[in-house]
Amino acid sequence: MSEKKNKTVVTVEPGKQELFIIREFDAPRELVFRAHTDPELYVQWLGPRDLTMSLGTFEPVSGGRWRFIQTDKDGNEFGFHGVHHDVTVPERIIGTFEFEGLPESGHVILETTKFEALPDGRTRVTTQSVYQSVQDRDGMVAAGMESGVVDGFERLDEILEKMK
Amino acid sequence: MARIPTTHDPFNAVAEPKRRAILEALGSAERSVNEIVELLGWPQPMVSKHLAVLKKVGLVRERREGRQRLYRVDAEKLKPIYDWVTPFERYWSESYERLDEVLSDIQKKEK
Repeated sequence: MSEKKNKTVVTVEPGKQELFIIREFDAPRELVFRAHTDPELYVQWLGPRDLTMSLGTFEPVSGGRWRFIQTDKDGNEFGFHGVHHDVTVPERIIGTFEFEGLPESGHVILETTKFEALPDGRTRVTTQSVYQSVQDRDGMVAAGMESGVVDGFERLDEILEKMK
Repeated sequence: MARIPTTHDPFNAVAEPKRRAILEALGSAERSVNEIVELLGWPQPMVSKHLAVLKKVGLVRERREGRQRLYRVDAEKLKPIYDWVTPFERYWSESYERLDEVLSDIQKKEK
Protein backbone atom coordinates (compact mmCIF):
# COMPACT_ATOMS: atom_id res chain seq x y z
CA MET A 1 0.00 0.00 0.00
CA SER A 2 1.68 3.16 -1.18
CA GLU A 3 -1.04 5.54 -0.03
CA LYS A 4 -0.40 7.20 3.29
CA LYS A 5 -3.09 6.38 5.79
CA ASN A 6 -5.00 9.37 7.12
CA LYS A 7 -5.04 9.45 10.88
CA THR A 8 -7.78 10.63 13.18
CA VAL A 9 -6.32 12.96 15.79
CA VAL A 10 -8.34 13.37 18.96
CA THR A 11 -7.08 16.17 21.22
CA VAL A 12 -8.39 16.20 24.78
CA GLU A 13 -6.44 18.63 26.94
CA PRO A 14 -6.59 18.31 30.71
CA GLY A 15 -9.06 20.53 32.54
CA LYS A 16 -10.78 21.96 29.48
CA GLN A 17 -14.42 21.83 28.41
CA GLU A 18 -13.64 21.17 24.79
CA LEU A 19 -12.07 18.57 22.58
CA PHE A 20 -11.01 18.44 18.96
CA ILE A 21 -11.24 15.73 16.34
CA ILE A 22 -9.16 16.31 13.20
CA ARG A 23 -9.00 14.17 10.10
CA GLU A 24 -7.95 14.59 6.46
CA PHE A 25 -9.61 12.91 3.50
CA ASP A 26 -8.43 12.12 0.00
CA ALA A 27 -11.55 13.65 -1.50
CA PRO A 28 -12.67 17.18 -2.41
CA ARG A 29 -14.42 19.38 0.11
CA GLU A 30 -17.82 19.40 -1.65
CA LEU A 31 -17.93 15.63 -1.56
CA VAL A 32 -16.82 15.29 2.06
CA PHE A 33 -19.41 17.88 3.01
CA ARG A 34 -22.09 16.03 1.07
CA ALA A 35 -21.30 12.84 2.99
CA HIS A 36 -22.22 14.78 6.14
CA THR A 37 -25.54 16.12 4.86
CA ASP A 38 -26.90 13.49 2.46
CA PRO A 39 -28.84 11.07 4.70
CA GLU A 40 -28.16 8.10 2.42
CA LEU A 41 -24.41 8.67 2.70
CA TYR A 42 -24.43 9.69 6.35
CA VAL A 43 -25.88 6.40 7.57
CA GLN A 44 -23.19 4.51 5.70
CA TRP A 45 -20.33 5.76 7.81
CA LEU A 46 -21.28 7.37 11.12
CA GLY A 47 -20.37 5.10 14.02
CA PRO A 48 -18.34 1.91 14.32
CA ARG A 49 -19.26 -1.06 12.17
CA ASP A 50 -20.70 -3.06 15.06
CA LEU A 51 -23.40 -0.45 15.71
CA THR A 52 -26.50 -0.24 13.54
CA MET A 53 -27.28 3.30 12.60
CA SER A 54 -30.88 4.40 12.29
CA LEU A 55 -31.45 7.96 11.18
CA GLY A 56 -34.72 9.56 12.25
CA THR A 57 -35.34 13.23 11.66
CA PHE A 58 -32.52 14.70 9.59
CA GLU A 59 -32.78 18.28 8.40
CA PRO A 60 -29.28 19.42 7.36
CA VAL A 61 -30.16 23.12 7.04
CA SER A 62 -29.78 26.02 9.47
CA GLY A 63 -32.49 25.59 12.08
CA GLY A 64 -33.13 21.96 11.17
CA ARG A 65 -33.42 19.13 13.66
CA TRP A 66 -31.72 15.74 13.69
CA ARG A 67 -31.96 12.50 15.64
CA PHE A 68 -30.41 9.08 15.26
CA ILE A 69 -30.26 5.84 17.19
CA GLN A 70 -27.31 3.47 17.25
CA THR A 71 -28.01 -0.11 18.28
CA ASP A 72 -25.39 -2.59 19.42
CA LYS A 73 -25.34 -6.37 18.93
CA ASP A 74 -27.21 -6.96 22.20
CA GLY A 75 -30.01 -4.64 21.16
CA ASN A 76 -29.01 -1.75 23.41
CA GLU A 77 -30.11 1.53 21.85
CA PHE A 78 -28.19 4.80 22.09
CA GLY A 79 -30.18 7.83 21.02
CA PHE A 80 -28.75 11.23 20.10
CA HIS A 81 -30.42 14.40 18.94
CA GLY A 82 -29.83 18.07 18.36
CA VAL A 83 -30.42 21.09 16.18
CA HIS A 84 -28.44 22.34 13.23
CA HIS A 85 -27.68 25.93 14.14
CA ASP A 86 -25.78 26.80 10.97
CA VAL A 87 -25.23 24.71 7.87
CA THR A 88 -23.11 26.62 5.35
CA VAL A 89 -22.31 24.58 2.22
CA PRO A 90 -19.53 23.44 1.92
CA GLU A 91 -17.75 25.16 4.78
CA ARG A 92 -19.21 24.36 8.13
CA ILE A 93 -21.86 22.69 10.22
CA ILE A 94 -22.58 24.07 13.67
CA GLY A 95 -25.08 22.37 15.89
CA THR A 96 -26.04 20.97 19.25
CA PHE A 97 -25.61 17.36 20.29
CA GLU A 98 -27.17 15.52 23.20
CA PHE A 99 -26.80 11.90 24.24
CA GLU A 100 -30.18 10.63 25.42
CA GLY A 101 -28.76 7.91 27.64
CA LEU A 102 -27.55 10.15 30.47
CA PRO A 103 -29.30 10.08 33.87
CA GLU A 104 -30.60 13.61 33.32
CA SER A 105 -31.31 15.55 30.16
CA GLY A 106 -29.87 18.96 29.35
CA HIS A 107 -26.20 18.01 28.99
CA VAL A 108 -25.85 19.60 25.57
CA ILE A 109 -22.69 19.86 23.49
CA LEU A 110 -21.97 22.57 20.94
CA GLU A 111 -20.27 21.12 17.89
CA THR A 112 -18.56 23.07 15.14
CA THR A 113 -17.32 21.10 12.15
CA LYS A 114 -15.21 22.93 9.58
CA PHE A 115 -14.39 21.64 6.12
CA GLU A 116 -11.14 23.01 4.75
CA ALA A 117 -10.03 22.49 1.15
CA LEU A 118 -6.42 21.29 0.88
CA PRO A 119 -4.17 21.04 -2.19
CA ASP A 120 -4.55 18.02 -4.49
CA GLY A 121 -8.30 17.76 -3.95
CA ARG A 122 -7.98 16.82 -0.31
CA THR A 123 -10.00 18.03 2.67
CA ARG A 124 -9.39 18.58 6.35
CA VAL A 125 -12.33 18.17 8.71
CA THR A 126 -11.97 19.73 12.16
CA THR A 127 -14.61 19.26 14.81
CA GLN A 128 -14.59 21.24 18.04
CA SER A 129 -16.95 19.98 20.73
CA VAL A 130 -17.65 22.29 23.65
CA TYR A 131 -19.20 20.75 26.76
CA GLN A 132 -21.00 22.42 29.65
CA SER A 133 -18.33 21.27 32.09
CA VAL A 134 -14.99 19.48 32.22
CA GLN A 135 -16.83 16.66 33.94
CA ASP A 136 -19.30 16.32 31.07
CA ARG A 137 -16.45 16.18 28.61
CA ASP A 138 -14.37 13.68 30.55
CA GLY A 139 -17.46 11.57 31.09
CA MET A 140 -18.14 11.44 27.39
CA VAL A 141 -14.58 10.56 26.49
CA ALA A 142 -13.91 8.07 29.21
CA ALA A 143 -17.39 6.85 30.01
CA GLY A 144 -17.06 7.55 33.70
CA MET A 145 -13.34 7.54 34.37
CA GLU A 146 -12.22 10.47 36.43
CA SER A 147 -8.53 10.96 35.97
CA GLY A 148 -6.51 13.35 33.83
CA VAL A 149 -6.78 13.47 30.10
CA VAL A 150 -4.22 13.05 27.42
CA ASP A 151 -3.67 14.51 24.02
CA GLY A 152 -1.09 13.66 21.43
CA PHE A 153 -2.30 10.12 21.26
CA GLU A 154 -1.16 9.65 17.75
CA ARG A 155 2.38 9.97 19.00
CA LEU A 156 1.90 7.72 21.97
CA ASP A 157 0.37 5.32 19.51
CA GLU A 158 3.55 5.45 17.48
CA ILE A 159 5.67 4.83 20.53
CA LEU A 160 3.61 1.78 21.42
CA GLU A 161 3.73 0.60 17.85
CA LYS A 162 7.52 0.84 17.74
CA MET A 163 7.90 -1.05 20.98
CA LYS A 164 5.82 -4.06 19.94
CA MET B 1 -14.09 18.17 40.76
CA ALA B 2 -11.57 16.00 42.56
CA ARG B 3 -8.37 15.47 40.70
CA ILE B 4 -5.54 13.38 42.08
CA PRO B 5 -2.69 15.79 42.75
CA THR B 6 -0.08 15.73 40.03
CA THR B 7 2.39 13.01 40.03
CA HIS B 8 1.31 9.81 41.68
CA ASP B 9 -0.46 8.13 38.85
CA PRO B 10 0.60 7.73 35.24
CA PHE B 11 -2.54 9.44 33.92
CA ASN B 12 -1.77 12.71 35.61
CA ALA B 13 1.92 12.41 34.92
CA VAL B 14 1.16 12.31 31.23
CA ALA B 15 -1.41 15.10 31.43
CA GLU B 16 1.52 17.53 31.59
CA PRO B 17 2.55 18.47 28.02
CA LYS B 18 6.27 18.68 28.88
CA ARG B 19 6.27 15.14 30.17
CA ARG B 20 4.57 13.94 27.02
CA ALA B 21 7.27 15.71 25.04
CA ILE B 22 9.89 13.77 26.98
CA LEU B 23 8.13 10.49 26.27
CA GLU B 24 7.99 11.41 22.62
CA ALA B 25 11.65 12.43 22.60
CA LEU B 26 12.54 9.07 24.07
CA GLY B 27 10.33 7.20 21.65
CA SER B 28 11.63 3.71 21.34
CA ALA B 29 15.21 4.74 22.08
CA GLU B 30 17.26 4.73 25.25
CA ARG B 31 18.72 8.16 25.96
CA SER B 32 20.72 10.07 28.53
CA VAL B 33 19.52 13.31 30.12
CA ASN B 34 21.97 15.23 27.96
CA GLU B 35 20.56 13.73 24.80
CA ILE B 36 17.03 14.69 25.85
CA VAL B 37 18.22 18.19 26.74
CA GLU B 38 19.72 18.48 23.27
CA LEU B 39 16.63 17.13 21.52
CA LEU B 40 14.18 19.39 23.32
CA GLY B 41 16.40 22.41 23.91
CA TRP B 42 15.23 22.79 27.51
CA PRO B 43 17.37 23.55 30.57
CA GLN B 44 18.76 20.38 32.10
CA PRO B 45 17.10 20.85 35.53
CA MET B 46 13.70 21.02 33.84
CA VAL B 47 14.30 17.79 31.96
CA SER B 48 15.57 16.09 35.11
CA LYS B 49 12.56 17.24 37.14
CA HIS B 50 10.06 15.82 34.67
CA LEU B 51 12.08 12.66 34.16
CA ALA B 52 11.98 12.08 37.91
CA VAL B 53 8.17 12.24 37.86
CA LEU B 54 7.96 9.87 34.91
CA LYS B 55 10.32 7.49 36.68
CA LYS B 56 8.29 7.65 39.88
CA VAL B 57 5.09 6.57 38.15
CA GLY B 58 6.96 3.90 36.23
CA LEU B 59 6.47 5.32 32.75
CA VAL B 60 10.22 5.68 32.32
CA ARG B 61 12.90 3.25 33.39
CA GLU B 62 16.43 4.15 34.37
CA ARG B 63 19.56 2.11 33.77
CA ARG B 64 23.12 2.88 34.76
CA GLU B 65 25.91 2.39 32.31
CA GLY B 66 29.25 3.46 33.68
CA ARG B 67 28.82 7.02 34.85
CA GLN B 68 25.76 7.59 32.68
CA ARG B 69 22.11 7.03 33.45
CA LEU B 70 20.03 5.99 30.48
CA TYR B 71 16.26 6.33 30.23
CA ARG B 72 13.62 4.56 28.20
CA VAL B 73 9.83 4.37 28.05
CA ASP B 74 8.11 1.42 29.70
CA ALA B 75 5.44 0.55 27.15
CA GLU B 76 3.58 -1.71 29.58
CA LYS B 77 2.88 1.25 31.84
CA LEU B 78 1.91 3.47 28.95
CA LYS B 79 -0.68 1.08 27.64
CA PRO B 80 -3.47 1.72 30.22
CA ILE B 81 -3.32 5.42 29.40
CA TYR B 82 -3.51 4.66 25.74
CA ASP B 83 -6.47 2.34 26.30
CA TRP B 84 -8.35 4.99 28.23
CA VAL B 85 -9.04 7.37 25.35
CA THR B 86 -9.09 4.60 22.81
CA PRO B 87 -12.85 3.81 22.75
CA PHE B 88 -13.72 7.41 21.91
CA GLU B 89 -10.88 7.68 19.44
CA ARG B 90 -11.86 4.35 17.92
CA TYR B 91 -15.43 5.53 17.43
CA TRP B 92 -14.15 8.35 15.23
CA SER B 93 -11.29 6.46 13.58
CA GLU B 94 -13.63 3.72 12.50
CA SER B 95 -16.36 6.13 11.39
CA TYR B 96 -13.87 8.04 9.28
CA GLU B 97 -12.40 4.87 7.80
CA ARG B 98 -15.91 3.99 6.67
CA LEU B 99 -16.28 7.52 5.30
CA ASP B 100 -13.06 6.98 3.30
CA GLU B 101 -14.75 4.00 1.66
CA VAL B 102 -17.96 5.92 0.96
CA LEU B 103 -15.98 8.78 -0.59
CA SER B 104 -13.82 6.47 -2.64
CA ASP B 105 -16.88 4.61 -3.99
CA ILE B 106 -18.58 7.84 -5.03
CA GLN B 107 -15.42 9.12 -6.72
CA LYS B 108 -15.09 5.90 -8.71
CA LYS B 109 -18.73 6.06 -9.82
CA GLU B 110 -18.57 9.71 -10.79
CA LYS B 111 -15.40 9.36 -12.87
